[in-house]
Amino acid sequence: MAIQLDPMVGRYLRTDIDGVPYRLYFEEAGQGIPLVCLHTAGADNRQYRHLLADPEITRRFRVLAFDMPWHGKSMPPDGWERGEYRLTTQSYTAAIRAFCRAMELDRPVVMGCSIGGRIVLNLAIEHAPEFRALIALEAADFQQPWYDTAWLHRPDVHGGEVCAALVSGLIAPHSPPVSRHETLWMYMQSGPGVFKGDLYFYRVDGDLREKVKTIDTKTCPLYLLTGEYDFSCTPEDTLRTARHIAGAEVLVMKEVGHFPMSENPAKFREYILPVLDKISR
Amino acid sequence: MTAADRFARLPQLLAADSDLLRRGRWLTVDCRVDIGPEPFFLAIRNGALSAFERGAKLMRSTAFAFRASDEAWSGYWKSVPEPGWHDLLALTKRGAASIDGDLRPFLQNLQYFKDLLALPRKEA
Repeated sequence: MAIQLDPMVGRYLRTDIDGVPYRLYFEEAGQGIPLVCLHTAGADNRQYRHLLADPEITRRFRVLAFDMPWHGKSMPPDGWERGEYRLTTQSYTAAIRAFCRAMELDRPVVMGCSIGGRIVLNLAIEHAPEFRALIALEAADFQQPWYDTAWLHRPDVHGGEVCAALVSGLIAPHSPPVSRHETLWMYMQSGPGVFKGDLYFYRVDGDLREKVKTIDTKTCPLYLLTGEYDFSCTPEDTLRTARHIAGAEVLVMKEVGHFPMSENPAKFREYILPVLDKISR
Repeated sequence: MTAADRFARLPQLLAADSDLLRRGRWLTVDCRVDIGPEPFFLAIRNGALSAFERGAKLMRSTAFAFRASDEAWSGYWKSVPEPGWHDLLALTKRGAASIDGDLRPFLQNLQYFKDLLALPRKEA
Protein backbone atom coordinates (compact mmCIF):
# COMPACT_ATOMS: atom_id res chain seq x y z
CA MET A 1 0.00 0.00 0.00
CA ALA A 2 1.27 3.50 -0.87
CA ILE A 3 2.44 5.76 1.94
CA GLN A 4 -0.33 8.21 2.84
CA LEU A 5 0.91 11.64 3.89
CA ASP A 6 -1.06 14.77 4.68
CA PRO A 7 0.20 17.68 2.55
CA MET A 8 1.22 20.10 5.32
CA VAL A 9 4.79 20.31 6.58
CA GLY A 10 5.73 21.31 10.14
CA ARG A 11 8.85 23.29 11.08
CA TYR A 12 10.20 25.45 13.90
CA LEU A 13 10.87 29.16 13.42
CA ARG A 14 13.45 30.98 15.54
CA THR A 15 12.36 34.54 16.23
CA ASP A 16 12.30 37.16 18.96
CA ILE A 17 9.04 38.54 20.29
CA ASP A 18 9.47 41.76 22.23
CA GLY A 19 13.15 40.92 22.61
CA VAL A 20 12.57 37.42 23.98
CA PRO A 21 13.79 34.47 21.89
CA TYR A 22 11.18 31.88 20.90
CA ARG A 23 11.07 28.67 18.91
CA LEU A 24 7.66 28.70 17.25
CA TYR A 25 6.14 25.62 15.69
CA PHE A 26 4.14 26.11 12.52
CA GLU A 27 2.69 24.06 9.72
CA GLU A 28 2.25 25.20 6.18
CA ALA A 29 0.91 24.01 2.85
CA GLY A 30 0.18 25.55 -0.54
CA GLN A 31 1.41 28.48 -2.53
CA GLY A 32 0.24 31.96 -3.36
CA ILE A 33 -1.20 34.57 -1.04
CA PRO A 34 0.04 34.00 2.52
CA LEU A 35 -2.86 33.08 4.83
CA VAL A 36 -1.86 33.03 8.51
CA CYS A 37 -4.27 31.16 10.78
CA LEU A 38 -4.64 31.81 14.52
CA HIS A 39 -5.99 29.13 16.82
CA THR A 40 -8.39 29.66 19.72
CA ALA A 41 -7.49 30.10 23.40
CA GLY A 42 -5.98 27.04 25.06
CA ALA A 43 -5.63 25.20 21.75
CA ASP A 44 -3.10 24.87 18.94
CA ASN A 45 -2.66 24.88 15.18
CA ARG A 46 -4.17 21.42 14.70
CA GLN A 47 -7.52 23.21 14.54
CA TYR A 48 -6.59 24.20 10.99
CA ARG A 49 -5.50 20.79 9.72
CA HIS A 50 -8.46 20.49 7.36
CA LEU A 51 -7.83 23.90 5.85
CA LEU A 52 -4.14 23.01 5.40
CA ALA A 53 -5.16 19.89 3.50
CA ASP A 54 -7.77 21.49 1.23
CA PRO A 55 -6.42 21.74 -2.35
CA GLU A 56 -9.14 24.22 -3.28
CA ILE A 57 -7.51 26.60 -0.79
CA THR A 58 -3.84 25.65 -1.02
CA ARG A 59 -3.71 26.06 -4.80
CA ARG A 60 -4.19 29.80 -4.28
CA PHE A 61 -3.02 30.38 -0.72
CA ARG A 62 0.11 29.57 1.21
CA VAL A 63 -1.60 28.55 4.44
CA LEU A 64 0.48 28.91 7.61
CA ALA A 65 -0.76 28.00 11.08
CA PHE A 66 1.56 28.56 14.02
CA ASP A 67 1.28 27.57 17.65
CA MET A 68 1.34 30.62 19.87
CA PRO A 69 4.07 30.60 22.55
CA TRP A 70 2.97 28.28 25.43
CA HIS A 71 0.67 26.36 23.03
CA GLY A 72 1.02 23.11 21.12
CA LYS A 73 4.67 22.55 20.23
CA SER A 74 5.77 26.16 20.78
CA MET A 75 7.47 26.25 24.17
CA PRO A 76 6.99 28.98 26.74
CA PRO A 77 9.99 31.31 27.20
CA ASP A 78 12.88 30.26 29.42
CA GLY A 79 11.98 30.90 33.05
CA TRP A 80 8.27 30.28 32.48
CA GLU A 81 8.12 28.39 35.77
CA ARG A 82 8.67 31.58 37.73
CA GLY A 83 5.55 33.43 36.63
CA GLU A 84 1.97 33.18 35.56
CA TYR A 85 1.15 33.26 31.84
CA ARG A 86 -1.01 36.18 30.77
CA LEU A 87 -1.71 37.06 27.17
CA THR A 88 -2.30 40.76 26.48
CA THR A 89 -3.39 42.76 23.47
CA GLN A 90 0.16 44.00 23.15
CA SER A 91 1.92 40.62 23.50
CA TYR A 92 -0.54 38.85 21.19
CA THR A 93 -0.20 41.52 18.51
CA ALA A 94 3.58 41.39 18.84
CA ALA A 95 3.65 37.60 18.41
CA ILE A 96 1.61 37.69 15.20
CA ARG A 97 3.64 40.51 13.68
CA ALA A 98 6.90 38.81 14.69
CA PHE A 99 5.84 35.60 12.95
CA CYS A 100 4.82 37.43 9.77
CA ARG A 101 8.00 39.51 9.75
CA ALA A 102 10.35 36.58 10.46
CA MET A 103 8.71 34.52 7.72
CA GLU A 104 9.05 37.51 5.36
CA LEU A 105 5.37 37.34 4.41
CA ASP A 106 4.23 40.02 2.01
CA ARG A 107 0.97 41.55 3.23
CA PRO A 108 -0.55 38.29 4.42
CA VAL A 109 -4.19 37.57 5.08
CA VAL A 110 -4.72 36.78 8.76
CA MET A 111 -7.63 34.65 9.91
CA GLY A 112 -8.16 34.07 13.62
CA CYS A 113 -10.84 32.40 15.69
CA SER A 114 -12.19 33.41 19.11
CA ILE A 115 -9.26 35.18 20.82
CA GLY A 116 -7.68 34.97 17.37
CA GLY A 117 -10.72 36.75 15.99
CA ARG A 118 -10.56 39.43 18.65
CA ILE A 119 -6.88 40.10 17.96
CA VAL A 120 -7.64 40.29 14.23
CA LEU A 121 -9.83 43.28 15.12
CA ASN A 122 -6.83 44.83 16.84
CA LEU A 123 -4.69 44.21 13.76
CA ALA A 124 -7.35 46.07 11.77
CA ILE A 125 -7.28 48.91 14.30
CA GLU A 126 -3.51 49.32 14.63
CA HIS A 127 -1.77 47.72 11.65
CA ALA A 128 -4.20 47.51 8.74
CA PRO A 129 -1.69 48.51 6.01
CA GLU A 130 0.41 45.41 6.82
CA PHE A 131 -2.35 43.03 5.75
CA ARG A 132 -4.13 42.16 2.50
CA ALA A 133 -7.34 41.16 4.28
CA LEU A 134 -8.43 40.13 7.77
CA ILE A 135 -10.89 37.40 8.70
CA ALA A 136 -12.29 37.30 12.23
CA LEU A 137 -14.10 34.10 13.19
CA GLU A 138 -16.28 34.12 16.29
CA ALA A 139 -15.17 37.65 17.04
CA ALA A 140 -16.62 40.72 18.72
CA ASP A 141 -15.28 43.86 20.32
CA PHE A 142 -16.51 42.59 23.69
CA GLN A 143 -18.43 39.61 25.06
CA GLN A 144 -20.28 39.01 28.30
CA PRO A 145 -18.36 36.48 30.47
CA TRP A 146 -20.25 33.30 31.34
CA TYR A 147 -17.99 31.53 33.89
CA ASP A 148 -15.28 32.29 36.43
CA THR A 149 -11.85 31.54 34.93
CA ALA A 150 -10.48 30.81 38.43
CA TRP A 151 -11.84 27.28 37.94
CA LEU A 152 -9.50 26.67 35.01
CA HIS A 153 -6.28 26.32 36.97
CA ARG A 154 -6.39 24.84 40.45
CA PRO A 155 -5.19 21.53 41.81
CA ASP A 156 -8.59 20.10 42.74
CA VAL A 157 -10.08 20.43 39.24
CA HIS A 158 -8.50 18.71 36.24
CA GLY A 159 -7.58 21.61 33.96
CA GLY A 160 -7.80 19.76 30.67
CA GLU A 161 -11.12 18.15 31.47
CA VAL A 162 -12.80 21.28 32.78
CA CYS A 163 -11.56 23.37 29.84
CA ALA A 164 -12.89 20.82 27.37
CA ALA A 165 -16.17 20.42 29.24
CA LEU A 166 -16.73 24.17 29.34
CA VAL A 167 -16.15 24.67 25.62
CA SER A 168 -18.04 21.53 24.62
CA GLY A 169 -21.22 23.57 24.85
CA LEU A 170 -19.93 25.96 22.22
CA ILE A 171 -19.94 23.24 19.56
CA ALA A 172 -23.10 23.00 17.45
CA PRO A 173 -25.23 19.86 17.90
CA HIS A 174 -24.94 19.29 14.15
CA SER A 175 -21.16 18.91 14.17
CA PRO A 176 -19.91 15.39 13.44
CA PRO A 177 -19.09 13.54 16.69
CA VAL A 178 -15.57 12.73 15.50
CA SER A 179 -14.81 16.40 14.83
CA ARG A 180 -16.45 17.45 18.10
CA HIS A 181 -14.26 15.13 20.10
CA GLU A 182 -11.12 15.97 18.14
CA THR A 183 -11.74 19.62 19.01
CA LEU A 184 -12.21 18.74 22.67
CA TRP A 185 -9.11 16.52 22.75
CA MET A 186 -6.97 19.54 21.86
CA TYR A 187 -8.47 21.44 24.79
CA MET A 188 -7.64 18.58 27.12
CA GLN A 189 -3.97 18.85 26.17
CA SER A 190 -3.30 22.50 26.93
CA GLY A 191 -0.64 23.31 29.54
CA PRO A 192 -1.74 24.22 33.07
CA GLY A 193 -3.12 27.74 33.20
CA VAL A 194 -2.68 28.45 29.51
CA PHE A 195 -6.38 28.70 28.66
CA LYS A 196 -6.84 30.91 31.71
CA GLY A 197 -3.89 33.07 30.67
CA ASP A 198 -5.30 33.47 27.16
CA LEU A 199 -8.62 34.55 28.59
CA TYR A 200 -6.91 37.39 30.44
CA PHE A 201 -6.63 39.00 27.02
CA TYR A 202 -10.23 38.15 26.22
CA ARG A 203 -11.81 39.20 29.48
CA VAL A 204 -9.62 41.88 31.01
CA ASP A 205 -7.25 43.44 28.52
CA GLY A 206 -8.95 43.16 25.13
CA ASP A 207 -12.05 45.35 25.29
CA LEU A 208 -12.13 47.00 21.86
CA ARG A 209 -15.58 48.58 22.01
CA GLU A 210 -14.50 52.10 21.27
CA LYS A 211 -11.49 51.31 19.13
CA VAL A 212 -13.30 49.28 16.44
CA LYS A 213 -14.97 52.47 15.25
CA THR A 214 -11.61 53.56 13.84
CA ILE A 215 -11.21 50.53 11.53
CA ASP A 216 -10.78 51.50 7.90
CA THR A 217 -11.88 48.62 5.66
CA LYS A 218 -10.72 50.51 2.56
CA THR A 219 -7.16 50.05 3.77
CA CYS A 220 -7.76 46.40 4.61
CA PRO A 221 -11.00 44.47 4.01
CA LEU A 222 -12.48 42.84 7.11
CA TYR A 223 -14.72 39.77 7.18
CA LEU A 224 -16.59 38.64 10.30
CA LEU A 225 -18.06 35.13 10.46
CA THR A 226 -19.78 33.72 13.55
CA GLY A 227 -21.57 30.43 14.18
CA GLU A 228 -25.16 30.57 15.35
CA TYR A 229 -24.48 28.12 18.22
CA ASP A 230 -21.68 30.21 19.69
CA PHE A 231 -23.12 31.50 22.96
CA SER A 232 -19.74 32.88 24.05
CA CYS A 233 -19.36 35.23 21.09
CA THR A 234 -22.96 35.31 19.92
CA PRO A 235 -24.06 36.34 16.43
CA GLU A 236 -25.58 39.38 18.13
CA ASP A 237 -22.16 40.30 19.55
CA THR A 238 -20.61 40.09 16.09
CA LEU A 239 -23.45 41.97 14.39
CA ARG A 240 -23.24 44.72 17.03
CA THR A 241 -19.50 44.98 16.40
CA ALA A 242 -19.98 45.10 12.63
CA ARG A 243 -22.44 47.95 12.94
CA HIS A 244 -19.56 50.11 14.16
CA ILE A 245 -17.26 49.23 11.25
CA ALA A 246 -18.17 50.73 7.89
CA GLY A 247 -17.58 48.26 5.08
CA ALA A 248 -17.12 45.16 7.26
CA GLU A 249 -18.71 42.07 5.75
CA VAL A 250 -20.51 39.91 8.29
CA LEU A 251 -21.96 36.45 8.02
CA VAL A 252 -23.78 34.23 10.54
CA MET A 253 -22.98 30.57 9.93
CA LYS A 254 -25.90 28.18 10.36
CA GLU A 255 -25.39 24.90 12.25
CA VAL A 256 -21.93 25.99 13.41
CA GLY A 257 -20.54 26.86 16.83
CA HIS A 258 -17.39 28.49 18.21
CA PHE A 259 -14.84 26.29 16.38
CA PRO A 260 -15.95 26.25 12.74
CA MET A 261 -12.70 25.05 11.20
CA SER A 262 -12.32 22.05 13.49
CA GLU A 263 -15.83 21.18 14.70
CA ASN A 264 -17.34 20.98 11.23
CA PRO A 265 -14.72 21.39 8.49
CA ALA A 266 -17.10 20.55 5.64
CA LYS A 267 -19.70 23.08 6.73
CA PHE A 268 -17.05 25.77 7.39
CA ARG A 269 -15.70 25.24 3.89
CA GLU A 270 -19.07 26.33 2.46
CA TYR A 271 -18.71 29.65 4.26
CA ILE A 272 -15.00 30.37 3.98
CA LEU A 273 -14.41 29.47 0.32
CA PRO A 274 -16.47 32.39 -1.04
CA VAL A 275 -14.58 34.75 1.30
CA LEU A 276 -11.23 33.43 0.10
CA ASP A 277 -12.46 33.67 -3.50
CA LYS A 278 -13.14 37.37 -3.01
CA ILE A 279 -9.74 37.95 -1.41
CA SER A 280 -7.85 36.12 -4.15
CA ARG A 281 -9.58 37.97 -7.01
CA MET B 1 -45.87 14.60 29.55
CA THR B 2 -44.45 17.44 31.66
CA ALA B 3 -40.76 18.29 31.77
CA ALA B 4 -40.63 16.86 35.31
CA ASP B 5 -42.25 13.63 34.10
CA ARG B 6 -39.58 13.35 31.45
CA PHE B 7 -36.83 13.89 34.02
CA ALA B 8 -38.39 11.27 36.28
CA ARG B 9 -37.14 8.65 33.80
CA LEU B 10 -33.52 9.59 34.58
CA PRO B 11 -32.67 6.40 36.58
CA GLN B 12 -33.57 4.14 33.65
CA LEU B 13 -31.77 6.37 31.17
CA LEU B 14 -28.58 6.48 33.22
CA ALA B 15 -28.63 2.76 33.95
CA ALA B 16 -28.69 2.15 30.20
CA ASP B 17 -25.70 4.41 29.53
CA SER B 18 -22.60 2.40 30.36
CA ASP B 19 -20.27 5.07 28.96
CA LEU B 20 -21.64 7.79 31.22
CA LEU B 21 -21.48 5.42 34.20
CA ARG B 22 -17.84 4.73 33.35
CA ARG B 23 -16.99 8.42 33.09
CA GLY B 24 -18.68 9.17 36.42
CA ARG B 25 -17.05 6.37 38.36
CA TRP B 26 -15.07 8.76 40.61
CA LEU B 27 -18.08 10.91 41.46
CA THR B 28 -20.00 10.62 44.71
CA VAL B 29 -22.24 13.56 45.61
CA ASP B 30 -25.76 14.55 46.68
CA CYS B 31 -27.27 17.27 44.53
CA ARG B 32 -30.60 18.83 43.66
CA VAL B 33 -32.06 19.49 40.23
CA ASP B 34 -35.19 21.62 39.87
CA ILE B 35 -37.34 21.02 36.83
CA GLY B 36 -39.44 24.15 36.89
CA PRO B 37 -41.15 24.17 40.31
CA GLU B 38 -40.40 20.48 41.03
CA PRO B 39 -37.22 19.54 42.91
CA PHE B 40 -35.46 16.22 42.40
CA PHE B 41 -32.83 14.90 44.80
CA LEU B 42 -30.05 12.82 43.31
CA ALA B 43 -27.74 10.66 45.40
CA ILE B 44 -24.89 9.80 43.05
CA ARG B 45 -22.51 7.06 44.15
CA ASN B 46 -19.58 6.19 41.89
CA GLY B 47 -21.42 7.70 38.95
CA ALA B 48 -24.64 5.73 39.47
CA LEU B 49 -27.91 6.87 41.08
CA SER B 50 -28.28 5.19 44.44
CA ALA B 51 -31.34 7.28 45.25
CA PHE B 52 -33.58 9.53 43.16
CA GLU B 53 -36.41 11.32 44.93
CA ARG B 54 -39.02 13.59 43.42
CA GLY B 55 -40.68 16.43 45.32
CA ALA B 56 -39.87 18.75 48.20
CA LYS B 57 -37.99 17.29 51.19
CA LEU B 58 -37.86 19.23 54.45
CA MET B 59 -34.39 20.50 55.35
CA ARG B 60 -32.68 18.22 52.82
CA SER B 61 -29.05 19.22 52.38
CA THR B 62 -27.23 18.91 49.05
CA ALA B 63 -23.82 19.98 47.75
CA PHE B 64 -25.30 22.08 44.99
CA ALA B 65 -28.55 22.77 43.17
CA PHE B 66 -29.11 23.30 39.46
CA ARG B 67 -32.41 24.99 38.70
CA ALA B 68 -34.02 25.77 35.38
CA SER B 69 -37.46 26.64 34.10
CA ASP B 70 -39.72 24.14 32.31
CA GLU B 71 -39.11 26.11 29.13
CA ALA B 72 -35.33 25.81 29.57
CA TRP B 73 -35.46 22.03 30.10
CA SER B 74 -37.85 21.54 27.18
CA GLY B 75 -35.45 23.51 24.98
CA TYR B 76 -32.41 21.65 26.28
CA TRP B 77 -34.05 18.27 25.64
CA LYS B 78 -35.05 18.88 22.03
CA SER B 79 -33.39 16.32 19.77
CA VAL B 80 -31.62 19.25 18.09
CA PRO B 81 -31.79 22.16 20.55
CA GLU B 82 -32.04 25.73 19.31
CA PRO B 83 -28.99 28.00 19.66
CA GLY B 84 -28.69 29.27 23.22
CA TRP B 85 -30.76 26.39 24.61
CA HIS B 86 -28.25 23.63 23.82
CA ASP B 87 -25.93 23.74 26.85
CA LEU B 88 -26.33 24.05 30.63
CA LEU B 89 -24.10 27.13 30.70
CA ALA B 90 -25.87 28.65 27.73
CA LEU B 91 -29.00 28.38 29.90
CA THR B 92 -27.33 30.04 32.89
CA LYS B 93 -25.88 32.78 30.66
CA ARG B 94 -29.32 33.64 29.28
CA GLY B 95 -30.82 33.61 32.77
CA ALA B 96 -33.02 30.55 32.19
CA ALA B 97 -31.12 28.46 34.75
CA SER B 98 -29.04 28.96 37.88
CA ILE B 99 -26.59 26.99 39.96
CA ASP B 100 -25.68 27.52 43.58
CA GLY B 101 -23.92 25.72 46.40
CA ASP B 102 -20.51 24.05 46.25
CA LEU B 103 -19.64 24.15 42.55
CA ARG B 104 -16.49 22.06 42.94
CA PRO B 105 -18.05 18.62 42.35
CA PHE B 106 -20.08 20.11 39.51
CA LEU B 107 -17.02 21.53 37.74
CA GLN B 108 -14.81 18.54 38.53
CA ASN B 109 -17.36 16.47 36.63
CA LEU B 110 -18.78 19.08 34.29
CA GLN B 111 -19.09 16.93 31.17
CA TYR B 112 -20.70 14.17 33.22
CA PHE B 113 -23.35 16.58 34.53
CA LYS B 114 -23.97 18.09 31.10
CA ASP B 115 -24.51 14.62 29.69
CA LEU B 116 -26.48 13.34 32.69
CA LEU B 117 -28.93 16.21 32.53
CA ALA B 118 -29.20 15.83 28.75
CA LEU B 119 -30.29 12.17 28.97
CA PRO B 120 -34.02 12.94 28.45
CA ARG B 121 -32.98 14.24 25.01
CA LYS B 122 -32.61 10.60 23.99
CA GLU B 123 -36.39 10.20 24.26
CA ALA B 124 -37.22 13.44 22.42
